[in-house]
Amino acid sequence: MQKNLLEVRNISKSFPGVKALEDVCFSVKEGSVHVLCGENGAGKSTLMKIINGIYQPDGGETLIKGEKVEINSPIRAGELGISMIFQELNYTPEMTIEESLFVGRWPKKKFGQIDWKTIRQKTLQLLKQENLAYDPETKLKDLSISNLQMLEILKAISRDADIIIMDEPTSSITNKEIEVLFEKIADLRARGKGIVYISHKMDEIFRIADEISILRDGKVIETRPKDQFDIDSVIALMVGRALGQGYPKEEVPVGEVVLEVENFSGPTGFSNVSFNLRKGEILGFAGLVGAGRTEVMRALFGLDERFGGSVKVHGAPVRIRNVQDSIKNGVVMLSEDRRRYGIVPIRDVKENVTLASMDQFFQKGRLNAAKERSRVEEICKKINVKMASIDVQVSTLSGGNQQKVVLSKWMLQDPDILILDEPTRGIDVGAKFEIYRLMTNLVKEGKSIIMVSSELPELIGMCDRMYVMAEGGITGELERAEFSQEAIMRYAMNMTRKAV
Amino acid sequence: MNNLMTREKWQTIKSRYSIYLVLIAMIIVCNLLSPNFLSARNISNISVQISVTTILAFGETILIIGGLLDLSCGSVLALAGVFSVYVFKETGSLSLAFAVGLIVGLLCNFVNGILVRRFSIPAFIATLAMMTVARGIALLFTKGQNIYQIGDYVWFGQGSIGIIPIPVIFMVVIGVLTWYILGHTSFGRSLYAVGGNEEAARASGINIGRIKVGAYLINGIFVGLAGIILMARTNVGAPNSGQGYEFEALTAAIIGGTSFSGGLGTAGGTLAGAFIVGFLNNIMNLAGVDSYLQQVIKGAIIALAVGYDMWAKVNRTRKTLGAAKIPNERKEAKA
Repeated sequence: MQKNLLEVRNISKSFPGVKALEDVCFSVKEGSVHVLCGENGAGKSTLMKIINGIYQPDGGETLIKGEKVEINSPIRAGELGISMIFQELNYTPEMTIEESLFVGRWPKKKFGQIDWKTIRQKTLQLLKQENLAYDPETKLKDLSISNLQMLEILKAISRDADIIIMDEPTSSITNKEIEVLFEKIADLRARGKGIVYISHKMDEIFRIADEISILRDGKVIETRPKDQFDIDSVIALMVGRALGQGYPKEEVPVGEVVLEVENFSGPTGFSNVSFNLRKGEILGFAGLVGAGRTEVMRALFGLDERFGGSVKVHGAPVRIRNVQDSIKNGVVMLSEDRRRYGIVPIRDVKENVTLASMDQFFQKGRLNAAKERSRVEEICKKINVKMASIDVQVSTLSGGNQQKVVLSKWMLQDPDILILDEPTRGIDVGAKFEIYRLMTNLVKEGKSIIMVSSELPELIGMCDRMYVMAEGGITGELERAEFSQEAIMRYAMNMTRKAV
Repeated sequence: MNNLMTREKWQTIKSRYSIYLVLIAMIIVCNLLSPNFLSARNISNISVQISVTTILAFGETILIIGGLLDLSCGSVLALAGVFSVYVFKETGSLSLAFAVGLIVGLLCNFVNGILVRRFSIPAFIATLAMMTVARGIALLFTKGQNIYQIGDYVWFGQGSIGIIPIPVIFMVVIGVLTWYILGHTSFGRSLYAVGGNEEAARASGINIGRIKVGAYLINGIFVGLAGIILMARTNVGAPNSGQGYEFEALTAAIIGGTSFSGGLGTAGGTLAGAFIVGFLNNIMNLAGVDSYLQQVIKGAIIALAVGYDMWAKVNRTRKTLGAAKIPNERKEAKA
């Protein structure tokens, strides 16, 4: 039996209005990887913040190597051998590797100057020991996200951390980098460290887990060794209901062409892009990150400039110089970057929802507050935005609900054509399916949807037709019957076209 | 749960109305310190005293909400004032003089708006330049001399309707106008959005440029009016007047809860902020506090007010962020 490095017993934590954790028990064994999964808002982050000393629990106890401790700050957590690698790494771009490794605990010389010689020695020693070929003088701004992550791991090792918590470490690194990370995790595990790994990605979870715990609504629903789970059971436990593998896709008769884009070129890196969209159709745009999909959509929506090309809506040529023109023509876009282009976080739900349709509620510039309230409440109910009232700040909602607020905003416009750029990014499984269902309902009402996504399964699941982009141009077009991951990837890597 | 909900509501009320509670507490304390404080005469005096900076503060509130700022209002006020007084002395027409004052304010702020919008100069710097230029023009135009004997013009600052002084009437009208613009027009709604997240506002089809220039134009009218009132109150067209008023105005807006990061603020809060500053000045005068010391105290209060506001906000966010789900978004790495 392996020893428990970390154990929390009956931890509870409440915030105004919400019980975030209830009687949570969780432990990490020596030399093992414990995966924690759950929907957004299930309480994973709260639990980790308690373990890392950022929050104090309302009740329960924490044990490190069998001894009862109180973790009242991240500094204390560090002293106890807990190290957390956050999903969004905060770093000082101008710092070098060696500076950052010893940040806050630089060895000092007699008069308080920093002892750079010792730092260099220790850094080189550490890099050698971990078999990493970094130059200690490289600045952090020149490192990729995966390298920064590795640096965080290095920092944890240099501090003799026994328990390393990783919060969705693979959400922004490439497949190759994931392999490197997993090797490191295996190495740490072999050295007897305990690792808490938070992730949504099923394939990963099953690859590296020794144990899996599932958190839902602030409670640990299940903790078992990996081999007593399968993917379906994990998903079912996470969402608390069986979702089924399928997408809520319904065949809708596809009508006439509603949008025609011809020879689109723009300074943001795409050229000669032509495509069309039909009534009742969900049209996919696949491609690797950087293929130019988002850029085309932004130009189409009037957010970015373009050099040339024409747009026809319902057969009539239109000029789209800015977002207002686009909205007037019944074309709206949900941006991939919700926080930047979607919401105004410090304003309330109501104002966010009516932001694009103010003319409906302001007659001669004067607000009709009652009409606004009832319309916003109606639409939020339809889209199923979960919130205390329409007067709460949008920043207090979860990612999925924020996304639904942005969708509500566009629904209020009653557009004919919706461009959805990564509509399910960063939101939990339950909300994802609600968005799929909403898309299906919309095309049933005769609307048309362009869906840009980096998740092939959802494109394959939801779309009627698909364009694949690579290097700023369209490299392939696929009908639903031709969809396959292989075919899409071939176009996405541009392997059908000989390199010049 | 129910209990928690009411606690949450109470917190919202507390944070939304705390400024008014401070104002009431202040009135009570001042009243205890000086029995004359609550006399109609004293209150009327204070109101007249704060009228000019409060009108400027309403303009600043509108600008700060939109993520902007005006450092030039003290100078533009002087420029608008001396032009207006000059026109009155030349033509004898009060209405023409009034119009000219407003137009000068509008023009200067139109330039501010264009500098910010067309040339993307940060508002701080654009209006800093305007501050110097406007003051320079005012001094050039008057050759640095005050314009005396302004006759009937003083009505704008010293007249009254019934028992209510004209400057106070102007202040109330501008306050109501600000309240209406912010809370009941699509312009106001757009302004909050632009200040709260400019990119999202643009992506929602809001014409950012129009909103920003519009905010400066509204401010321009307020500044012009403030200039007219100040000259009329002081019996003189003084090109050197209004120095440092921009900071008085900013102080009132900030104490009134307008957030410097944009997107938050109300007309009522600013009015309360202006009165808090006004009461403070008044009570310190009544109590014979050294005028140099008064400056120290006022500065400390700004730091306290904003410090408290930030502290409360951080606390609130921490609570709500924990309660709600931490949004989980990341750009994928370049493949």
